[in-house]
Amino acid sequence: MSDEALVQEKPFAVTLDVGTSLLNKTGTWRTSRPVYVDRLPPCNNACPAGENIQAWLFAAEEGDYESAWRKIMEENPFPSVMGRVCYQPCEQSCNRVQLDESVGINSVERFLGDQAIKYDWKIDVGEPTGKRVMVVGGGPGGLAAAYHLRRMGHAVTLFESASKAGGMLRWGIPKYRLPREKLNAEIARIEAMGVEIRLNSPVADLKASMVEGGYDAAFLAVGASTPKRLEIPIEGDMPVVEGIKLLRDVELEQTGYLKGRVVVYGGGNTAMDVARSAKRLTGFTPQVIVRRAREYMAAHDFEIQEALDEVVDIHNLRTIREIKGKTVVLEKQVADDTGRPFPTGQFEEIEADILVMALGQDTELSLLSNLPSIEINWGVVAVDAGMMTGEAGIFAGGDMVPSERTVTTAIGHGKKAARNIDAWLRGERYAPAPKHQLVSYQMLNPWYYSDAPRTVRPTLEVIRRQSGFAEVIGDLNEENALFEARRCMSCGNCFECDNCYGICPDNAIRKLGPGNRFEFKYDYCKGCGMCATECPCGAIEVVPEEI
Amino acid sequence: MPNLPESQQRVKFYQTGTFTVGNRLLDSEQRTVQATLDRSNSLDSGHRACQGCGEALGARFAIDAAMRATNNQLIAANATGCLEVFTTPYPETAWSIPWIHSLFGNASAVASGIAAAMKVKGREEVRVIAQGGDGGTTDIGIGCLSGTFDRNDDVLYICYNNQAYMNTGVQRSSATPAAARTATTMPVGAEPGNAFQSGKSVPLIAIAHQIPYVATASVHDLHDLEVKVMKAMQIRGARYIEIFVPCPLGWGSIPGDTIKVARMAVESGMYPLLEGGNGEIIGVSKIRRRVPVDAYLKLQKRFAHVFKPENASQLERLRAIAENNIRRFDLLSKEDDQS
Amino acid sequence: MLKQIEGSHAVAEAVALCRPEVISAYPITPQTHIVEDLGLMVKSGKISPCEFLLVESEFGALSACIGSSAAGARSYTATSSQGILFMMEAVYNASGMGLPIVMTVGNRAIGAPINIWNDWSDSMSARDAGWLQLFVESNQQAVDVHIQAFKLAEQLSMPVMVCMDGFILTHSYSQVDIPEQATVDRYLPPFQPRQVLDPAAPLSMGAMVGPEAFTEVRYFAHHKQREALTLIPQLAQEFQALMGRDSGGLLKCFDCEEKETVVVTMGSVIGTMLEVLSDMRADGYSIGALTLRSFRPFPIEALHDALSGAKRVIVFEKSLAVGMGGILANDVRMATRDLDLKVHSVIGGLGGRPITRKNLRRMFEKGVNDTLNNIHFHDMHMDVVNRELERAKARRRSGSPAENILSDVGVVAAAKTI
Repeated sequence: MSDEALVQEKPFAVTLDVGTSLLNKTGTWRTSRPVYVDRLPPCNNACPAGENIQAWLFAAEEGDYESAWRKIMEENPFPSVMGRVCYQPCEQSCNRVQLDESVGINSVERFLGDQAIKYDWKIDVGEPTGKRVMVVGGGPGGLAAAYHLRRMGHAVTLFESASKAGGMLRWGIPKYRLPREKLNAEIARIEAMGVEIRLNSPVADLKASMVEGGYDAAFLAVGASTPKRLEIPIEGDMPVVEGIKLLRDVELEQTGYLKGRVVVYGGGNTAMDVARSAKRLTGFTPQVIVRRAREYMAAHDFEIQEALDEVVDIHNLRTIREIKGKTVVLEKQVADDTGRPFPTGQFEEIEADILVMALGQDTELSLLSNLPSIEINWGVVAVDAGMMTGEAGIFAGGDMVPSERTVTTAIGHGKKAARNIDAWLRGERYAPAPKHQLVSYQMLNPWYYSDAPRTVRPTLEVIRRQSGFAEVIGDLNEENALFEARRCMSCGNCFECDNCYGICPDNAIRKLGPGNRFEFKYDYCKGCGMCATECPCGAIEVVPEEI
Repeated sequence: MPNLPESQQRVKFYQTGTFTVGNRLLDSEQRTVQATLDRSNSLDSGHRACQGCGEALGARFAIDAAMRATNNQLIAANATGCLEVFTTPYPETAWSIPWIHSLFGNASAVASGIAAAMKVKGREEVRVIAQGGDGGTTDIGIGCLSGTFDRNDDVLYICYNNQAYMNTGVQRSSATPAAARTATTMPVGAEPGNAFQSGKSVPLIAIAHQIPYVATASVHDLHDLEVKVMKAMQIRGARYIEIFVPCPLGWGSIPGDTIKVARMAVESGMYPLLEGGNGEIIGVSKIRRRVPVDAYLKLQKRFAHVFKPENASQLERLRAIAENNIRRFDLLSKEDDQS
Repeated sequence: MLKQIEGSHAVAEAVALCRPEVISAYPITPQTHIVEDLGLMVKSGKISPCEFLLVESEFGALSACIGSSAAGARSYTATSSQGILFMMEAVYNASGMGLPIVMTVGNRAIGAPINIWNDWSDSMSARDAGWLQLFVESNQQAVDVHIQAFKLAEQLSMPVMVCMDGFILTHSYSQVDIPEQATVDRYLPPFQPRQVLDPAAPLSMGAMVGPEAFTEVRYFAHHKQREALTLIPQLAQEFQALMGRDSGGLLKCFDCEEKETVVVTMGSVIGTMLEVLSDMRADGYSIGALTLRSFRPFPIEALHDALSGAKRVIVFEKSLAVGMGGILANDVRMATRDLDLKVHSVIGGLGGRPITRKNLRRMFEKGVNDTLNNIHFHDMHMDVVNRELERAKARRRSGSPAENILSDVGVVAAAKTI
């Protein structure tokens, strides 16, 4: 018995070599298995422009602002504009509301849009397809469609009846909400992509124009700019002006007629913009007469709040019965359970110098008179799910089709129409990707998110807002933007927090490195489900194992 | 564009901060060992722990951290118990480090012997950990443990506290909480479950030994746990860390809830996270978002009987234990961090 | 170097010469002087490098040795009596894991009743624990066998107990030849562990082994002890070649060849016996003696050969398997079951009762005449026993069985002859 032989021989069974447990495939114990999923964050779900908000916030969280901006630009060519005028359905649906406050998505978008303007980031156009598309209307919907069609390589000519492109962005939204240099910059970027914009070019006969120009398809987005009328008995010489006209005159700085005490009739966003403009121009506190109760007003809450902050009086549940000289007679209303107002026969009076009617707008559709196959119902054009009218190759969107009539919706229509036009030009039909399951707050594990108050946007002093047209909402700086982006909980989409990788008691998760996420080692996963419970963002689902 | 370096960020905010295992937004040295691709996986796949085992998790957390802290110069001695049984049934071992199991009650003495061997061989860069469950630590092993403390041997003892003898089928240990059901403290009679005013706190006993470092940690807070293990490995002499490791089988909790249960224990005040050294308590982890004791108890069948109307006084006394911990160890934040 | 020293001190010096790297110490009479002396030598730097651990119990003492031995350090401890019971779980564990620890047992009785004096009950309680058990007859033997024990343990990768009678050896002064360090170094190479805890080559020691392999694990332990039957004499020969002394080995014959009667025993009692036996041979008795130096492994073949010419054996032991009889006697019977040999079992010296030449001679004579009973309690005070039994009989209804047992072992009969 040599010493050598003894030294080499380890005790049988009692002493074991490392690595041997890997032979034991504990995955056979499993009755259910975890799987990684991408779920639909509520912000993305709510965005009328179809932005992948979670994805661009993910890039912004790392300070990669250009990637974040490019992610937005896949869906929406107006981040700087949208970061100012969007009514933020994303933030209203944000799951973070239930933890503290919603993520300031809009502010970050605005920051990214402004960064792009500052650094002059560009978007590439697609390989030329040889197809020509005519776009009628240079508002947000038309411009968005033109932008997307250029990215797909189609030639685009845009016809705008006014002297400048922008539509309601320019003529309906005051400067204090949307500085014109931002709007102009984002339009210029689209034009620089090769979109031919023909200003002062109303289209009287669409069919004739298409034939004349040799266009393969058309997208109509003429908007709604004809004011709705309401007959009010007027005794005396009280001036009456349309809200939409007033806003246009504000833009053109031709508002000499607006003097004294202003009464605004209407409860929509136009009414709010009119009132806030009037406050700046007259110095008097405007009186806004709204037929519905506050909670049923058409204007967005934040617009109402900003108006109230600037000291605008809003009289809810009132109609204007008649005007006698300087006296406006109001009739009190009472709302039923559904919010529908009914007259009460009770009256009150206020004094005024000028009445602004802001009761909404209709669409001017005379250009379609030679196209009988296009169906028009209740003053708007009927389109199918792919935004196409009854006339093959003619698509329509924005305020002229049945919709919410917001800028964001119009931009979404522009994108959707562009994708459908592209498919149609190739003889195909556009099929949107199926939607993932929506993420509710209950699917998250909010413990993991750091507590942080929302970065309150630096706002100008209220007193400054009342006296001029300087921009009301201030910018986020880079630091604030980063902070705000990092408040995103990345609902339903893995953000590589390593939790699953770290907390698996069986080491049954493989980390694939930055950007590549993780995968399960099903040979060893026992199916305890801890990874799913502890996934902060609800990106792991546990499904029954087929036995 | 690279991330803004931390030095240039005035506002320090990182989405999940250090609450998650990793965080791509944090500087790499602020991430956990568990987040890294090259963690040692000291306790590897194929072990036979139950689904959702807190002890398997806690052991890998702690030993991987110690491996990182010692540049992989580590030897572990293990007490008899679940951790030993589920990791080394012949012919397979799940440990990738040099590891020895001797007996139920002698892990710390074996570790003391290993440390002595390393010292005598001039290999003091090799560090020694003893580890065991609460039974092997607070009951049968406390004699040897106290000896290791008394001699201030260069051993870190880690107790994975799952509050009962799980390996033998869930019997009461001196770490079993009041009112808890175990196979030897059944929920019958005048005082159902484990008796009140019984048991012992080995962390406080350890502090009383005046050893240089003592801490309690929980599997739900990996950063805290790793920091404590790392800190312990920077110190020479006897050290003690107790890690709170829920046992789904013994506690009647859902396997997927193991970390949640641990979190609730700490956030309710039932399991305080402490640090001590040289005879003093030197730190406590504040409760972040306080949860009711009831919410913690309700996750576990072992406390089901305290919610019966006739046992209302037990529930009250359990709540009082949390209150007392919170008061005694000052567990609530002064600044309002709990909104 | 010849020294007139206490047995414990001699053992301490021998252990020191073996360059132990980790020593754990817990006081229990009568081994305490050994670890005291070792502690002094470590603290004074005479043994270096060495870690001396003052543990909290015998359980801790052997457990620390388990750790240090597994980590590749030559490890030593000493104990006695209750101590070996307190560490018993670790005793089995050390052998189960094949850790070459050397432990001195200063043999002492086990309580209750508590008793600090010598018998072999303590090491006998660990008889089946898988350790090798070497018994020594003198302090010189103790010195020499400790040196051999380290080599034996490490070559075999099994733990070894060196059993020496408490007080009789541990506390007695005698002339002892302590070897030179260089000689011991030549004999005993540095410890090369068969398995070691080392971050450079990780392994898991102490696995849980189920029915599928447990029998084989036990068999290998047994097999190792069988291997030791070859190794022990080999190491003794090597020792003798180097030191010129016959120490160790499996057993030792003291004029036992071709004798009708052979006394078989272990440990220090042989010293007194040899004087008695010498007188008896002078008186014409054909009687010799044999000591077992290795009790585990039990040298069945060697003992069989040594006793093959004898007519009777008197097994004298300081241990009792209560309810059965002599432990050593039983093993001797097992080894010689095919021989035409009468085996007398004598239990004596329990709890330190003196063994005198006079009462030994009387007992040997009865043995030679085959008038000893199967189990003989040597030098028991029969007046006390009988008085107590009578009293018990008067009080209890179940008196007769006790008396039956006593008549079976011959107590009543023996009492009449005292």
